[in-house]
Amino acid sequence: MNAVRKRDLKMLIFGLLVYGVLQGLISGGVIGSFWQLNIILICVNVIMAVSLNLINGYTGQFSLGHAGFMAVGAYVGVVATTNFHLPLIAALILGAICAGALGFLIGLPTLRLRGDYLAIATLGLGEIIRIVIMNIEYVGGAAGFKGIQHLTNFTWVYFVMLVTLFFIKNFVNSSHGRACIAVRENEIAAEAMGVNTTRYKVMAFTIGAAFAGVAGGLFAHQFYLISPNSFNFLASFNYLIMVVLGGMGSITGSIAGAFVVTFISAALASFPEMRMIIYALALILLMFYRPQGLFGYMEVTNFAPFKKFLVNSEK
Amino acid sequence: MSESKKPLLKTEDVSEVFGGLKAVSDFNFYINKGELVGLIGPNGAGKTTIFNLMTGVYVPTTGEILLDGESIVGLKPYQITQRGIARTFQNIRLFSELSVLDNVKIAYHCHVKYGLLETVFRMGRYFDEENEIEQESLKLLKIFKLDEHAYEVAKNLPYGAQRRLEIARALAAKPKLLLLDEPAAGMNPQETHELMEMIRWIRKQFGLTVLLIEHDMSLVMGICERIYVLEYGIIIATGTPTEIQNNPEVIRAYLGEEAVN
Amino acid sequence: MDFFHQFVQQLINGISLGSIYALIALGYTMIYGIIKLINFAHGDVYMFGAYVGFFAITFAGLPIFPALLISMAITAVLGMLIERLAYKPLRHAPRISLLITAIGVSFFLEYAGMYFVTPTPRTFPDTGLNFSFNVAGFVINGQQLMIFGITIILMALLTYIVQKTKLGKAMRAASFDTETAQLMGIDSDRVISMTFCIGSALAAAAGVLVGVYYNTIDPLMGIMPGLKAFVAAVLGGIGILPGAVVGGIILGVIEALVAGFISSTFRDAAAFAILILVLLIKPSGLFGKNTNEKV
Repeated sequence: MNAVRKRDLKMLIFGLLVYGVLQGLISGGVIGSFWQLNIILICVNVIMAVSLNLINGYTGQFSLGHAGFMAVGAYVGVVATTNFHLPLIAALILGAICAGALGFLIGLPTLRLRGDYLAIATLGLGEIIRIVIMNIEYVGGAAGFKGIQHLTNFTWVYFVMLVTLFFIKNFVNSSHGRACIAVRENEIAAEAMGVNTTRYKVMAFTIGAAFAGVAGGLFAHQFYLISPNSFNFLASFNYLIMVVLGGMGSITGSIAGAFVVTFISAALASFPEMRMIIYALALILLMFYRPQGLFGYMEVTNFAPFKKFLVNSEK
Repeated sequence: MSESKKPLLKTEDVSEVFGGLKAVSDFNFYINKGELVGLIGPNGAGKTTIFNLMTGVYVPTTGEILLDGESIVGLKPYQITQRGIARTFQNIRLFSELSVLDNVKIAYHCHVKYGLLETVFRMGRYFDEENEIEQESLKLLKIFKLDEHAYEVAKNLPYGAQRRLEIARALAAKPKLLLLDEPAAGMNPQETHELMEMIRWIRKQFGLTVLLIEHDMSLVMGICERIYVLEYGIIIATGTPTEIQNNPEVIRAYLGEEAVN
Repeated sequence: MDFFHQFVQQLINGISLGSIYALIALGYTMIYGIIKLINFAHGDVYMFGAYVGFFAITFAGLPIFPALLISMAITAVLGMLIERLAYKPLRHAPRISLLITAIGVSFFLEYAGMYFVTPTPRTFPDTGLNFSFNVAGFVINGQQLMIFGITIILMALLTYIVQKTKLGKAMRAASFDTETAQLMGIDSDRVISMTFCIGSALAAAAGVLVGVYYNTIDPLMGIMPGLKAFVAAVLGGIGILPGAVVGGIILGVIEALVAGFISSTFRDAAAFAILILVLLIKPSGLFGKNTNEKV
């Protein structure tokens, strides 16, 4: 069997092991409901961070409106399950399609913009999505959507997260992913090497938006009520912090970033100002001393002990 | 080398105007399959502009550019690369944070056939093609004496090696016509000589047609079969290296009015 | 006639709001012009200015004009401090790093503000401007007059500084080409510092004026006006001072009209929609020139 496929299999087994341990601890009552909720949030945030990383880190297009796509997935999802009684999986897929389609429509014109202009435009678009939802009475307007069934659990979010991680990992390690990275590195050279830069920017944006939609669907079915304000630009910044902290261009980094940020948020839940001050200082210090984030472009599989683990037993 | 042969690339009265300034005027040029042609001229003569026109970075204000008899005017740079023109850049434009190997792999992009689904589910064709790309990339790097640096970050390469990597990367796009923009800039005479040999060799090996811009006269005169001389966006002379060397117009353009007398 | 009446009234409201956007936008545009940074923290600098004004009036018992001046002076120092501590070390870093740092500074000011002055909104004291009068059936109040007056004075002052003084010339040179300006003997560090100083003082003035106009201030008040002032700067053409003023006023008027004739919930969406339209149709803004990247 192919070496790369063996590596994938090992990662899958590792993923299942982690699931087994965590599920065991949850069933055994070792992890209480507070931390159980936070583990679920970590998984949702990993999906958000990794999908944002595809846009910001791998393709180098600085988006600040990721929460807007999450909102689309969340609202489409809850309407599907509550008003149309569809199963969760259908709701997630519908949410992904709608968020992805919107990402495509928005990405096509705006991705012509560069750097900070794109950042501010996507921030604006994210806010427009939120304001539009706020004005749709059908989904509860500013008061939010009530009466959502609690359909998600640890198993659901964990396995959807695994699927997302494999999807994005396989994407970036292909010719398509390399094309995205080439866009980030040097657009003119990428175009000269035959890469349709517009196509790959829009593709990354669409895929990223679709997964944000999936995350939104999972997130929404964890709660009885969702409101448009859960998806404002502060939320988008939160996902940005995870990506920047972990490293723009590293999947491992996004996982770590989502973990750290969610954990700090949970630990400092009763000191919201302190939490934000810590984030603020962390961002500034990170840019001073380690602008590439914790992992830079590295993956955990690049580190010696893991490399050994993954390669050795192949012989 | 007769003109009756159908040229690989041909331009007809191409002009490019930037805000009232005529950077290139009535540029008539052809290059036959297998030829190695040089484009020389003083700084600011419009040489790089011509490359940008041929590769779709700029669209000509007037005129026609034909590749294999088909117009490529208005095509995007990536479409022109897909049709068989690849280039290097005067001011090196590598993917500087990536490994040397990845720089080359990216350029195979337009020849990859596996689709998005095959990528994500890692189906057979993905593995076959990725293997092939890896092997071919390493082969190319070996030709350009870069194989030892395959896993280094491109920006850490010495200057001469970065120029060679640009050529290797352009070749990975499997072009019919290779445009080299000052490939020897910043190289010492030894490196320039090696580069000359390399260009000759790859041209034969890959059946390439090469058009190069160069300031290093020893290189241009040494390997080009035909030369175009450009000044202020106008062709002032064409011919074989010997003809060009003895052309009074060219001597005037390069050395000034007094040198002719 | 009724429509016309309401239209003109909204126009008056829009111009007062727009004047405030213009004052903030000036700082944005000056800073962007010189170091190519969207200073996300600029809106929070404006919030800081509002609080300094508030404390000067309530606790020090100062009248409104001295309070305004004190607020401008103290906020100017804050602006210079932010530049010195957070942005200067990153002068040669990628622009995205600088942008992320600015987001960090913005968060810091907002939540440090919440921590020290509590998130509860404060009511701005009565400044003796709560009178209004009718001009041909249209209501103009004292606060609006003050906004118009102060804005005009500050803009005249800024025009003088930029056009006539040595510092202004240095600023223009540096925003045209920082490196060449440096070669010509301009101390670009000082020029950048002064740009933050002036921009922050203008933002502080806007903050105090908003306090007077709307009566309440809170630590997160700077987020939306900050973003909108950036929209105004882009609308007018980033880096161009008259552009920021015109952009600010246009934006204020459009917002007032949307709020008055459609729905106030769409006010914020209108600003962002304008931004996206401008960026798509003419990214260089109303007064800007298009530029191409050299290959």
